[in-house]
Amino acid sequence: MRFDNLTLGYNRHPAVHHLRGEIAAGSLLAIVGPNGAGKSTLLKAIAGELRPLQGQVELHGVQRQQIAYLTQLATLDSSFPMVVHDFVAMGLWREIGAFSGLNRAQRRRIDEAIGAVGLAGLESRPIGSLSGGQLQRTLFARVLLQDAPLVLLDEPYGAIDAASVRDLAALIRHWHHEGRTVIAVLHDLEHVLHEYPETLLLAREVVARGDTASVLSDENLRRARQLAEGRGDQGNAPVCHNEQDAE
Amino acid sequence: MTETLASIPLLAPFIEFGFMRRALAGCLALSLGATPVGVFLMLRRMSLAGDAMSHAILPGAAVGYLIAGLSLPAMTIGGLVAGLAVAVLAGGVARHTVIKEDTSLATFYLISLSAGVLIISLRGSSVDLLHVLFGSVLALDDATLLLLAGFTSVSVVALAIGLRLFVLEGCDPAFLARISRLGPVAHYGFMVLLVVNLVAGFHALGTLMAVGIMILPAAAARLWVCDIGPLLLIAVLTAILGSLIGLLLSYYVNLPAGPAIVLTLGALYLLSLAVGPLGPLASRWRASWHFER
Repeated sequence: MRFDNLTLGYNRHPAVHHLRGEIAAGSLLAIVGPNGAGKSTLLKAIAGELRPLQGQVELHGVQRQQIAYLTQLATLDSSFPMVVHDFVAMGLWREIGAFSGLNRAQRRRIDEAIGAVGLAGLESRPIGSLSGGQLQRTLFARVLLQDAPLVLLDEPYGAIDAASVRDLAALIRHWHHEGRTVIAVLHDLEHVLHEYPETLLLAREVVARGDTASVLSDENLRRARQLAEGRGDQGNAPVCHNEQDAE
Repeated sequence: MTETLASIPLLAPFIEFGFMRRALAGCLALSLGATPVGVFLMLRRMSLAGDAMSHAILPGAAVGYLIAGLSLPAMTIGGLVAGLAVAVLAGGVARHTVIKEDTSLATFYLISLSAGVLIISLRGSSVDLLHVLFGSVLALDDATLLLLAGFTSVSVVALAIGLRLFVLEGCDPAFLARISRLGPVAHYGFMVLLVVNLVAGFHALGTLMAVGIMILPAAAARLWVCDIGPLLLIAVLTAILGSLIGLLLSYYVNLPAGPAIVLTLGALYLLSLAVGPLGPLASRWRASWHFER
């Protein structure tokens, strides 16, 4: 994946400025930064759901529809009358599409995915009766079945308990070991230090990028806070430089 | 044998009178075709939009009436054209202006309803207006019955083919948009199904009542089950039961058939509210039982 002078925003107001660089296939990358730093905006652009104001995101060897994207605010209507098994089965869409039935092997994979997120036995439960953590595990099970080469997770641990975080983090490690590219927006820096080898620190522009321990230095974090609060090195908010200036 | 069956009060009207058999067949067709569409209307929180759309077909039917009188093909084609036009216009305004979808639908349905009533009053009598607004389920002829059966067949087949799409579009439309390009097909396909069933329903129950056989059985069924398959089945069975009881009430108590059917469906909904396992009373009873233990 390559960012080519990528500037993102809403209603022509930039939220992420002049991003450049590459993310290698198979990376396990955390994106951290203060509120309003543009983290979720960047994921949205990678997923192809936000058109850049300038520049582009180049995906090599991955089509948009092969991306598994777990958004911060789940868009699903949890009051919809549907049981866990059928909901997770939607992760097989690329195989079964809108019309094919499920064969025995696919049913087994659905059960395995539900088991892998610790929800075995709840296959017949309506999704509306699940707790927040159980619902998040259900969404992970659906991602698991999508079998995607690129997985985007936007604050995947919001409002869930420590045990769920531990289990889901193990699942993400497993995806990384399988060679998938995983990019996650996170707030818990301790968790990032333990689980993510690479980190991108964002504050509407790139503050630091690379090895997690060195990116999360006090100096970088202070600078990110200053940038987010509009008190950059020169006492200014991040400004849009033109192409020549940026070079 | 026929005489024995005719002595059973619940069957007698349908055995003795052809118009009652036709009415029952028409209601069965609507229960099979329109009610499942009503389930998805409810699940997509579009019940009132369905009501608005039912009014929106009126001017088309009225133009058909103006041109050809109470002609089945003319009013059907007019209703289909008007319904689809309003669906597309309301959707377009909602997407491209600051007006939200509910307001957009409401504006077009109000324009449609008033235009429809105006057009009918230009030529017809108040009897004709009542026919269009409240239907004439006891006067279904062969051609209308065939039309209802045809529309129902198309609707059932389309719903069966697109069921997974409609479910995913109702449950998680953003996910559908990410994994498939069929999202717009699901949305507009559903609107076409809605209009087709409303036009079918308007011949039997009228434009004002057609949506009754869609939403009331769906809402009643929702108070009993939490899974889409059983929900569709129970909604259809509720619609059939309500139609049967409504027609019998109409026959024995001499009530207008359309309102009797819709009121019976309303009564089944209220009954479900009272005793359905997902109704408020059952939820309260479960909570008190839990604390007593």
